[in-house]
Amino acid sequence: MTNSTLQLGAEPIAARKPAAEVRLEGVGKRYGKVTAVKPLDLVIEAGSLVTLLGPSGCGKTTLLRMIAGLEQPTDGRLLIGGRDVTHLPPGERDVSMVFQSYALFPHMTIAQNVAFGLISGGMAKDAALAKADLALDQVGLPGLGGRLPSELSGGQQQRVAVARALVLEPSVLLFDEPLSNLDARLRRRMREEIRDLQQRLGVTVVYVTHDQSEALAVADKIVVMRNSEIAQIGSPRELYQQPANTFVASFMGECNNVKADLADVAGGRGRLTLGSSQVLTAVPDGLEQGQVDVAIRPEAVRVLPKDSGCLQGVVSHATYMGSCIEYEIETDIGGLFVVCGDIAGMRAKGDPVGLDFVASGIAVVRP
Amino acid sequence: MLRYCMLALLGLLAGLALLPWHMQEAGVLAGAWVRASMTSPNAAPALFQAAIFGRWWFIPIIAAAFLGLAVHVLFSGRKLSQASAARAMTAIGALGFFLILAQGAAIGPGGWSYAALSDAFGPLGQKQFGVGAGMAVTTIGFLTLFTTGLAGQGGFRSDPFTAFAVGLIALLIVSFTAWPVGRMLVMALSPTPGQNAIEALANRLLEPKIWGLACLYSGKSCGVAWNTVALALSTALAATMLGLCFALLVTRTSFPAKKLMRALTILPIITPSFVIGLGLILIFGRSGIVNQGIEQLFGLDLGRWIYGFQGVWLAQVFCFTPTAFLVLIGVVEGVSPTLEEAAGTLRADRWTTFWRVSLPLMRPGVANAFLVVFVESIADFGNPILLGGSLGLLSTEVYFAVVGAQANFSQAAALALLLLLLAFGAFYLQRKILGRYSYVSMSGKGDAGLGQPLPDRVRRFVYGVTLPWTVLTVGVYGMALVGGFVKVWGRDWSPTLSHYSRAFSLEWGPSGVLWSGSAWNSFFTTIQLAAISAPVTAAIGILTAWLLTRQRFAGRTALEFALMLSFAVPGTVLGVSYILAFNVPPLELTGTAVILVLCFTFRNMPVGVRAGMAAMSQIDKSLDEAAMVLRASAARTMTNVLLPLLRPAMVTALIYSFVRSITTVSAVIFLTSAEHEMATVFIINRVINGDYGVAIAYCSVLIVMMMVALGTIQLLVGRRNLGRRTAGAKAPAPAHA
Ligand SMILES: Nc1ncnc2c1ncn2[C@@H]1O[C@H](COP(=O)(O)OP(=O)(O)O)[C@@H](O)[C@H]1O
Ligand SMILES: [Mg+2]
Repeated sequence: MTNSTLQLGAEPIAARKPAAEVRLEGVGKRYGKVTAVKPLDLVIEAGSLVTLLGPSGCGKTTLLRMIAGLEQPTDGRLLIGGRDVTHLPPGERDVSMVFQSYALFPHMTIAQNVAFGLISGGMAKDAALAKADLALDQVGLPGLGGRLPSELSGGQQQRVAVARALVLEPSVLLFDEPLSNLDARLRRRMREEIRDLQQRLGVTVVYVTHDQSEALAVADKIVVMRNSEIAQIGSPRELYQQPANTFVASFMGECNNVKADLADVAGGRGRLTLGSSQVLTAVPDGLEQGQVDVAIRPEAVRVLPKDSGCLQGVVSHATYMGSCIEYEIETDIGGLFVVCGDIAGMRAKGDPVGLDFVASGIAVVRP
Repeated sequence: MLRYCMLALLGLLAGLALLPWHMQEAGVLAGAWVRASMTSPNAAPALFQAAIFGRWWFIPIIAAAFLGLAVHVLFSGRKLSQASAARAMTAIGALGFFLILAQGAAIGPGGWSYAALSDAFGPLGQKQFGVGAGMAVTTIGFLTLFTTGLAGQGGFRSDPFTAFAVGLIALLIVSFTAWPVGRMLVMALSPTPGQNAIEALANRLLEPKIWGLACLYSGKSCGVAWNTVALALSTALAATMLGLCFALLVTRTSFPAKKLMRALTILPIITPSFVIGLGLILIFGRSGIVNQGIEQLFGLDLGRWIYGFQGVWLAQVFCFTPTAFLVLIGVVEGVSPTLEEAAGTLRADRWTTFWRVSLPLMRPGVANAFLVVFVESIADFGNPILLGGSLGLLSTEVYFAVVGAQANFSQAAALALLLLLLAFGAFYLQRKILGRYSYVSMSGKGDAGLGQPLPDRVRRFVYGVTLPWTVLTVGVYGMALVGGFVKVWGRDWSPTLSHYSRAFSLEWGPSGVLWSGSAWNSFFTTIQLAAISAPVTAAIGILTAWLLTRQRFAGRTALEFALMLSFAVPGTVLGVSYILAFNVPPLELTGTAVILVLCFTFRNMPVGVRAGMAAMSQIDKSLDEAAMVLRASAARTMTNVLLPLLRPAMVTALIYSFVRSITTVSAVIFLTSAEHEMATVFIINRVINGDYGVAIAYCSVLIVMMMVALGTIQLLVGRRNLGRRTAGAKAPAPAHA
């Protein structure tokens, strides 16, 4: 299994129809008094891979299931490829889904599982099984069609689930935390394969995860959700470097939240005072000069000899991590968490150090 | 939607043109009606009745069917939008339904059913009888049209199959539970000369015979309501305590024969409840071995002491202890051992832990077991009829009111109403207790702790109670078995097979085997009807379980509540209400085999539904969702994904409903007829006549037969389970929600 990939064979699964855009207009979901998803607007461009990212319980799964048709929205309208599908059952939406638990039918063979959707759609049994075999070849599981799901490893089951969804040639493919049942190593491989596959087939993919590194690795665009609503939408780079608020900043990776003075705000940029130096940064709309929240990535702080740099501090913790050193440093603007690649020059607890900042890792954020 | 519309139209065609509208004496399958339908209107399908015999009241129904056809044609030709076609279908379905009801209610076996109608339309020379295959199928056809229309308008998540299933279950509950019980209520309210409805009911319910307290101050007996409640409370108390002891014995001691204990608990499932009563008579009755022994040794005549309150109480405690045990074993196992260990580390000794931690945790479960037994006791019919003597109880009084000389149906209905209220009261308390105080963890996750051994005092008590009781139980059943091989119990102890041969003899006559034994007739009827109703029960039960666990639709909670309520209706009440409701057209079924099958089916529904729900909750919901996303219709999901996974549950439901149909007494005793005699009723009648030998022989044959049936199934299902691999789709536990 370790040698197989989701490599396409000579033939593609089929001549693909164009991918479809998914458009949510004020779509929301309430369960009685509980609001699982507040009404929101979202456009997922045709052929792109969008991840829904957020902590557990923020409504990602509910949103995905509404796109799939497994839940009826209580508000709004949902369009796939320009067609209003709000009230259509899942089978008529031209979408397909890979479930978190894979949901392979335990009493059917792998081939029967993969052929299931084709047969539901009215294809003759023989043709469907032949096509299923082809799809299994293409996800790197040739010759396993006769087995039962319980006779496959977790990673293989995952591939079967993907094959079963892909063989229907949907214009939108949905994934709900597809990798959460795999071990860390396999998770990395599979996410690359899924990304690869999506790029080659050009299909629209909506991908739910709670793991920010997974989202950063696969997505064209990330939708960060919090408390049933969208916190920020952007490319991985935008979200990491210009988070809109402290929540997104912390969720997208380790970060130091400090207060600093902002001045000379004009044209979406401003001058930020950090210690004795001034940094020019982007400023989110609506923020004015004065004291603001600043997110500083740990790798954006450089550790220098004492009395150099723009800020002085004292090491309060130093942890050797193998590929880097992690420091906690007490400074005038608060405690800073710093990741430093200079292993040879490791400081000890109590050492005084100077600090400097890399502008690309600093962002002014809303609270 | 088109497909379902087509199916509905086919149903209407069959119901109106191919099947006889009315009930046929010989049954539809006999086919005699085909020839008769040219000459006799009551044997003909509705279409012929209208065309040949001038029965104009079928014309509107036929017209409604044609309207349905028109909608279908227009819709498939795209002359009609989906929305308007759906609305039309709903309307036509409802109209057809109403027309069927109206003609059935208006015209009965005596022409017009209401004087007002014959005044308005003039006398009618025709008469019609009860529901037949044609009417049933036509009704289903209109129902399908109606529900498909609802689904077409976006109801039931636009799924016509779900819509149909909900409609069907609702129709069945209304027709075969709500309507009969409602009729019973009306009957209880029927006015008498000089009294209006309320007064009449009050009069019936407030009789001293029901509420009298004479037993408190004189030698006379108290009212039947008090007797029933007192019996049920004392039975429940004793059975719950015994059941708890057995549950503790099996889970918390090192008692060696635990398997045997569990095996004993299936006895009450496969034996009619009165077998215990029979065994007690053989031990303590006038010619019972204890009485005989004491008379021989001490010259004392104990007389008929077993007949009366104490006898019924004893029999019921024997009967329902296993029931309580089955409930309580789950309760005891549900108390997390970790909590007990925690109490141990907090310096509590075993006694304190048991008394202050374990028992309080079990309290809701114990209360539930108490209520379960309470309901069983008030609904029990077999033991009171055998051992009650002059003790009046609600269930037997209902029976005597019906079969007694004056055949007072209104009184029977009033008493049954009281019984029903008691059962509903217990049901209400049960829901409240289980809803509010259930601490038992239901996650099914393994708990790392070890069950604490019982404190010595408790253990001694448990052993002291359970072991003698086990010996007694085995004795009672053993006696019931041996009795079949003794000539005349208590007088002539010589061994014989004559009872068996009287009941089950075969002779070879000129035309082959002659089933000359007296029991064969009821035996075959029982088996046949139970075998017909079992698949129906299983199918409806599993369909219902599927709706309740897998579908979300408006009114689901209402449906669930109605079902649970219908499960709480005691057998006696159901039996009485069936004879009250189904002796008038259009649903005129009294005396037929159909009513017995229906009674079995709706009595055993809980078995089917519970088996289905239990199995359904084992199947990951994402499997159905996956099927849905993979373009499968609800029907395909059902047949290709769920049913194969549900097979063991279906087999269980089949067998249990089969077995329960055979052993039930309370409901069928009202419904049997000379033509369709049930085994249990036959046996009870033998016992009442003092013909113990045949009764016992018959019971033994039934018990052995059902043991074999259960054993075979256990084996088959067990093997299937081994052959089935663990559900791969569920194997890895999700790392995050
Ligand atoms: N069927 C339901 N009934 C009631 N509340 C629900 C239901 N499904 C989800 N929720 C609630 O909606 C919120 C969002 O759930 P979900 O979409 O599963 O979150 P996520 O996938 O982001 O972890 C949660 O607070 C959850 O409790
Ligand atoms: Mg989720």
